Amino acid sequence: MDNQNKLWRVALYAVLVYAAVYYLLPLYIMATTSVKSMDEIRAGNLIALPMSITFDAWGKAWATACTGVECGGLSRYFWNSVQMVIPAVLISTTLGAINGYVLSKWRFRGSELTFALILFGVFIPFQVVLLPMAQTLGWFGMARSVAGLVFVHVVFGIASTTLFFRNYYVGIPDELIKAARLDGAGFWRIFFKVVLPMSTPIVMVVLIWQFTQIWNDFLFGVVFSSGDSQPITVGLNNLANTSTSVKEYNVDMAAAIIAALPTIIVYVLAGKYFVRGLTAGAVKG
Amino acid sequence: MASVKLKNIKKNYTKDVQVIKGVNLDIQDGEFVVFVGPSGCGKSTMLRMIAGLEDITEGELMIGDKVANDIHASKRGIAMVFQSYALYPHMTVAENMGFALKLSGTPKAEIDGRVKRAAEILQITHLLDRKPKALSGGQRQRVAIGRAIVREPKVFLFDEPLSNLDASLRLNMRVELSKLHQDLKTTMIYVTHDQVEAMTLADRIVVFNAGIIQQVGSPLELYENPSNLFVAGFLGSPKMNLLDASVVASDNRSATVRLPKGIAVRAGVDAARAKANDRVTLGIRPEHIQLAADADANAIPARVDLIEHLGDHVLAYIEIPGINEIISVKLPGNSTTLKYGDAIKVVFPEADCMLFDAEGLAFKRVR
Repeated sequence: MDNQNKLWRVALYAVLVYAAVYYLLPLYIMATTSVKSMDEIRAGNLIALPMSITFDAWGKAWATACTGVECGGLSRYFWNSVQMVIPAVLISTTLGAINGYVLSKWRFRGSELTFALILFGVFIPFQVVLLPMAQTLGWFGMARSVAGLVFVHVVFGIASTTLFFRNYYVGIPDELIKAARLDGAGFWRIFFKVVLPMSTPIVMVVLIWQFTQIWNDFLFGVVFSSGDSQPITVGLNNLANTSTSVKEYNVDMAAAIIAALPTIIVYVLAGKYFVRGLTAGAVKG
Repeated sequence: MASVKLKNIKKNYTKDVQVIKGVNLDIQDGEFVVFVGPSGCGKSTMLRMIAGLEDITEGELMIGDKVANDIHASKRGIAMVFQSYALYPHMTVAENMGFALKLSGTPKAEIDGRVKRAAEILQITHLLDRKPKALSGGQRQRVAIGRAIVREPKVFLFDEPLSNLDASLRLNMRVELSKLHQDLKTTMIYVTHDQVEAMTLADRIVVFNAGIIQQVGSPLELYENPSNLFVAGFLGSPKMNLLDASVVASDNRSATVRLPKGIAVRAGVDAARAKANDRVTLGIRPEHIQLAADADANAIPARVDLIEHLGDHVLAYIEIPGINEIISVKLPGNSTTLKYGDAIKVVFPEADCMLFDAEGLAFKRVR
């Protein structure tokens, strides 16, 4: 029995290690390639560790690499993305929290239907709305601007943030809200003093979720922005597709890592809340 | 401190679904009133309407001498203790208890003073800095009561506050609630489905069923003189034995009824309105049925089905030939010689028998 258990354990770890290597290998190659010189890359040792480390490729990707006709690196796109992602995440999370609070704790006639309709937004393929959204942005005078991108991401974020918050708040006992009402708290006070302080796990989940979704979005970025307002995903695409005489793999790799770094950092900092928040409610507190 | 008056209160959820069908009740200042009834009878809805958590469809609610129908829940001068305690998980015990005062802008020094005083009454001073998570069920219950005390309400409302506690703790808290009422002398309205809590705590019990008050009275009054079959069957454990019967003869001092198989029993009730052959229900509480000597000619022969020894008393479940219902009999703890299958004889004393007409209304007992 014991031996058999041990055997399974070894097999289990073997599978896990294999999976980990499988997923880490590309990251390893990206990281090592980005600090190699072009000469070394041309020598063909893809998997080997770099013989000498140089950050020239990182500097070039950030500041001087060509994306199309311009040669200003990714920095401009990066700041565009930052300007887009922070308001979009904050606004969509705030609206989702308020929606969820109303739909779970202040039910009204038709609130279930309203929730069902909002939920429907989660399943709408984005391609379907590209044209109507472009028209709408035009009417609002927000076409091809960072503000327009923020608007689009807020609109599409509300469906999933509402879903997350509503399902979390359903688990908060109604009696708590009633007690707060008796204590003299109104709609907003209950929200800010009672409900929100209990929401840390789900707020973390939604922040990470929205940040990842919006930062990584390419479709809306490429369709609804141009020139000065393009986000980093579009910048990365332009950089990789701009062909000069030589393909600079080290610059491409560095650029890709720069584009992915913020989401990685968010996961590392808040990842434990993510798992905790997703499983909250499954276990009785 | 305040009285509470309910005048023809009704509650509809939709046009057709009426859960409270016209409730009239006067609760005196300082009284401990218990609403009791099976689940879904409307007692909790009634309490929530008094609290202001549910709208009143029709009728008038007076707290003190003010009509309170449209006063906001937090301004009615009431405090409520919930079944699930409903403590704010992110606040300490002291913050939980002081939350209402803080919202109403009470100075901090006064909040601290009142929280401290309430904590002393409930002996939870040492818990004030803890979060609810770190408390046991009984302690949470105390904090919930403390939160109500701090507000110094005119009326306390309790919504099944002891249902989540285990049996021994429930007993302790029951005693403490009684003491609390003696100390504070505030009007208290308490909802429960537990008839023992109702009997032990109440000055007056209000029995609800199907959205209607069945009877109001002191615990003993309801126990001795239930006004109808529902109240008779609801209070008392084990419940009253209720047997189908038909009237043989009746006057304003007593009635003679016949059980199936021709067994005749006399009940000491004013049955002047009954006629011969009327369908009635005979009721007798388990503790009133007496064992008779074999020689007793009036005694009814029966057979023992089951015996339960409970220490202070013995419960015997007996079968009388011809009667479908199993009859429970409560005997003193020392009558331990009975065993399964024994043939015995029992007597239904005339003074202890109750009688209910075909509509379930009681005939008045003659004393």
